[in-house]
Amino acid sequence: MDDKIIICRCEDITVGEIKKLVSMGLDTIEELKRVTRCGMGSCQGRTCQGLLQSTLRDITGKPVSEIKPHKFRPPSKPVPLGIFGGEHIEE
Amino acid sequence: MKSKANVVIVGGGIIGASIAYYLAKAGVEDIIIIDKEYPSSGSTGRCGAGVRHQWGLEMNCLLAKDSIMEFERLHEEIPTDFDIDFKQKGYLMLAYTDKQVEQYKKNIKLQKSLGIDVNLLTPREAKEIVPHLNTEDLLAATFCPKDGHINPFIANLVYIIGAERLGVKVQKYTEVIDVEVKNGKVKSVLTTKGRVETNYLINAAGPYSQHIAEMAGVKIPVYSERHQILVTQPVKLIQDPMVISLKHGFYCQQVPHGSFIMGFGDPNELKTTELSSSWNFMEEMAERVLPVLPVLKDFKVVRQWSGSYNMTPDAQPILGNSEEVNNLYFACGFSGHGFMLAPSVAKLTAQMLTDKPLDIDVNVLNLKRFAEDKLIKEPSVV
Repeated sequence: MDDKIIICRCEDITVGEIKKLVSMGLDTIEELKRVTRCGMGSCQGRTCQGLLQSTLRDITGKPVSEIKPHKFRPPSKPVPLGIFGGEHIEE
Repeated sequence: MKSKANVVIVGGGIIGASIAYYLAKAGVEDIIIIDKEYPSSGSTGRCGAGVRHQWGLEMNCLLAKDSIMEFERLHEEIPTDFDIDFKQKGYLMLAYTDKQVEQYKKNIKLQKSLGIDVNLLTPREAKEIVPHLNTEDLLAATFCPKDGHINPFIANLVYIIGAERLGVKVQKYTEVIDVEVKNGKVKSVLTTKGRVETNYLINAAGPYSQHIAEMAGVKIPVYSERHQILVTQPVKLIQDPMVISLKHGFYCQQVPHGSFIMGFGDPNELKTTELSSSWNFMEEMAERVLPVLPVLKDFKVVRQWSGSYNMTPDAQPILGNSEEVNNLYFACGFSGHGFMLAPSVAKLTAQMLTDKPLDIDVNVLNLKRFAEDKLIKEPSVV
């Protein structure tokens, strides 16, 4: 796979960067997320997660079923902070 | 996994990783870090990513000053391709009561005497630094320009790389399940991947430190407490410093990447190592932070998460060895400010293990202070 292919478009992470980190022993999605921010952007992994899994399959030879996706956290889509408690502070 | 090691460090977070690095640098050989998951999977990777000089006790100011100096030169100490994203744009600490102003004045006098540049600002001066700050009811603020933000994942990784270059072994996804003690000494550590005989055991297990101590038959008066944080989408850079309000109980900073990170101290938080997210966190966070930083209302929250504080009765860490089991060393109980103190604490722990004089006198942080009722009173814990 071309090293320049972008896996995570929120954070501009390429296949080449993933390959380099896997060679350093960072071979799980949670570890890669923390170091690269892949999955931490606006999509929260909804776009990149599957691509990252198949890339890790290609690099490591493990089946996708053994490549655990990262933990999904609330909220399920980006929500303005004001919605959670802002009403009474509106001018 | 190897069956013998000179030093076993439980926990590969920034504390365990930096201790391993400084021990190896001091010439100690045959060190292994054992982590139940991977470096920065625990409290380090879940922290608020801030570092500050602004403490109320001399010892804490000195530890913070030394740690921040080490972070400033980490790229020289351990050269790598990674950037720890050190943004030194200060901490702005808000004061809303006369009592708080008096405390901050005392702190500043101490901090200045130790060569730390901190100033008391008027609300107007505070607004010059954070233009979107609502200064209503604000009496004063303190500002230290050398405080700031560091990427905790990368800082942790850099110490791991540095340690590995010096021969330290890192055993990931391996949980310690028992500690064998004979005649007042740790003999071996039993893990899910086998037994390791050892001469020293360092407990840097963060939220699990009390469990590790208990396995060695030593009771430490700490508990773990969930703390929650949220992060917004990246926006253009508008806020230089971390803003802290003890009155509202929150901290809020914009990281170099553009996201805002914020959290607050909730007295009703779960006293557990559980890392779940609560539905009411975002509401309470918004209610606390928006009156002070109203501009944040339009920024979209992308994620919330939780981490554990490992709390001691005086919110100060436990360092040094156990009297009952004297080759068991503690570097735990950081009570929510372990990340920022790591380099200094790590150097001191390496000095203790190698019987060198300590750069900073931290003997008061020994475990026996709790039994002797010599608790430490730090006035500036968030």
